[in-house]
Amino acid sequence: MTTDISSELTIVLPEIFLALYAMAALLFAVYGAKDKLAPMLTWLTAIVLAAVAVWIGLKAPGAHTAFDGAFVDDAFSRYASIVVLLSAAAVLLIGKEYMERCKILQFEFPILITLSVIGMLMMVSAGDLLALYMGLELQSLALYVIAAMNRDSVKSTEAGLKYFVLGALSSGLLLYGISLAYGFAGTTQFAGIITTVSDGHVPLGLVFALTFILAGLSFKVSAVPFHMWTPDVYEGAPTPVTAFFAAAPKMAAMGLIARVVYDAFGNAVSDWAQIIALLSVLSMFLGAIAAIGQRNIKRLMAYSSIAHMGYALMGLAAGTVFGVQAMLIYMAIYVTMNIGTFAFILSMKRDGQAVTDIGSLNQYARHAPLKALAVLILMFSLAGVPPMVGFFGKFYVLKAAVDADLMWLAIAGAVASVIGAFYYLRIVYYMYFGEEREAIDTSMPMVQWLFLMAAAAIMLLGVINLFGVEGFAAVAAEALVK
Amino acid sequence: MIGLEHYLGLAAGLFVIGFFGIFLNRKNVIVILMSIELMLLAVNINFVAFSFYLNDLVGQVFALFVLTVAAAEASIGLAILVVFFRNRGSIDVEDINVMKG
Repeated sequence: MTTDISSELTIVLPEIFLALYAMAALLFAVYGAKDKLAPMLTWLTAIVLAAVAVWIGLKAPGAHTAFDGAFVDDAFSRYASIVVLLSAAAVLLIGKEYMERCKILQFEFPILITLSVIGMLMMVSAGDLLALYMGLELQSLALYVIAAMNRDSVKSTEAGLKYFVLGALSSGLLLYGISLAYGFAGTTQFAGIITTVSDGHVPLGLVFALTFILAGLSFKVSAVPFHMWTPDVYEGAPTPVTAFFAAAPKMAAMGLIARVVYDAFGNAVSDWAQIIALLSVLSMFLGAIAAIGQRNIKRLMAYSSIAHMGYALMGLAAGTVFGVQAMLIYMAIYVTMNIGTFAFILSMKRDGQAVTDIGSLNQYARHAPLKALAVLILMFSLAGVPPMVGFFGKFYVLKAAVDADLMWLAIAGAVASVIGAFYYLRIVYYMYFGEEREAIDTSMPMVQWLFLMAAAAIMLLGVINLFGVEGFAAVAAEALVK
Repeated sequence: MIGLEHYLGLAAGLFVIGFFGIFLNRKNVIVILMSIELMLLAVNINFVAFSFYLNDLVGQVFALFVLTVAAAEASIGLAILVVFFRNRGSIDVEDINVMKG
């Protein structure tokens, strides 16, 4: 094989550009006006991230690999990268006002977000266990820091500490699995690992490796039974950081799981499909049931995201091209719904103080009918009520499970979504019929308002053709499942 | 003669000690950091042993990367621990309990 370094660098150019941008911005801010530059830097970073998303979207179609297969650029990685980049940009924009209000908008915030996004882009494009590990760690190390971003708050630093300890533990499990995979397959490349299981017989060592790797990655998507960090970290971290955690890293980790199971263990579908089906059913039920008792909307969203990850995993558990497509559609819808919902949560305040109690939403509809309507649409969509787009996300994964003869999983998913609908609808109930109490402010910054309305509009208008996401997801799924 | 299985057994033992060190430890967060380090080093033994056994350099390169990442991870962990200590005045595991439920 001829190695032409310039053509390989061309393939990773967007990632290199982002990395250079992050380092240049860091130098510029450190030797410049420091935190005074933070608002400008936040805007600039959001624009750069969105621009890189467009750049990746315009890349030549087809699959390219670089660095001896360690980096894969195909329709799947492009789809996942674009979702990650756009959601990160959106979170920066909706979170800026909140961070300024709490006086925690430091210039490191957009830079750390950029670094974690580079890690995520590496994750979804990994073609080698080493690339996977480095991407994952780049993402995680940046996320540990931004969870503890509000360094004068006990809650925020405790969230950072908890996330760090459990995240490092999951990295350890993942790494142990990787070392076993290396030992029993003799290589760290996905393309090499898949050939060792080509005759349908999987060596016992590789089964262990697969189990450890899936356990490590389940931490990152907060699938049950590896979810225990999620509610605490979501509650403790500053709300913009929570919004970020709920969106981009979930897409990246889900993409990474899909990459590993298909690219490296694609010949052992029955071995991992049952593990993923178990994770899926546990996540859906725990997410639906544990959220019922929550009064804090950030904790509630944490359990909600656990449940949603269960549905996305259901698509993967099907082990088919359609299943991967359903997972990708589900993730895009989930990220959009979450950004809209968090745009609203970020605006919840009373006398300038952030409020997270859902009881404070009582009679919100009387004070701000339009925003209440938008939140109603988003809640219905999160619950999966037709005709909102969220329903179609659930419909796709359930259909994928039924097509793959996983009837029990599909039925469990439908039951869990009925249970889960309760707590979403309770928020709507409070807003429209709750007892009048001390109301929250109805003012909302322009950017948050725009994102809230846009997300709600997408949930309504998307029913026509899902904005063509279905087609992109189909191409991406076919690129992954060979 | 010491063979591959001895190295794997040692690594598995160290890994399990590190793993339980995180969960059974009720006293100090520093011990958790040490346990994490122990887990990562156990994995390194695995990598180097496999690398020698397979006569393949990738494992040793991987071990170097893991060492680097472990150093970065420890520094970030300690930094978070310091800001936590400033706010809470304690680094006992039992005192990491502001959020529950």
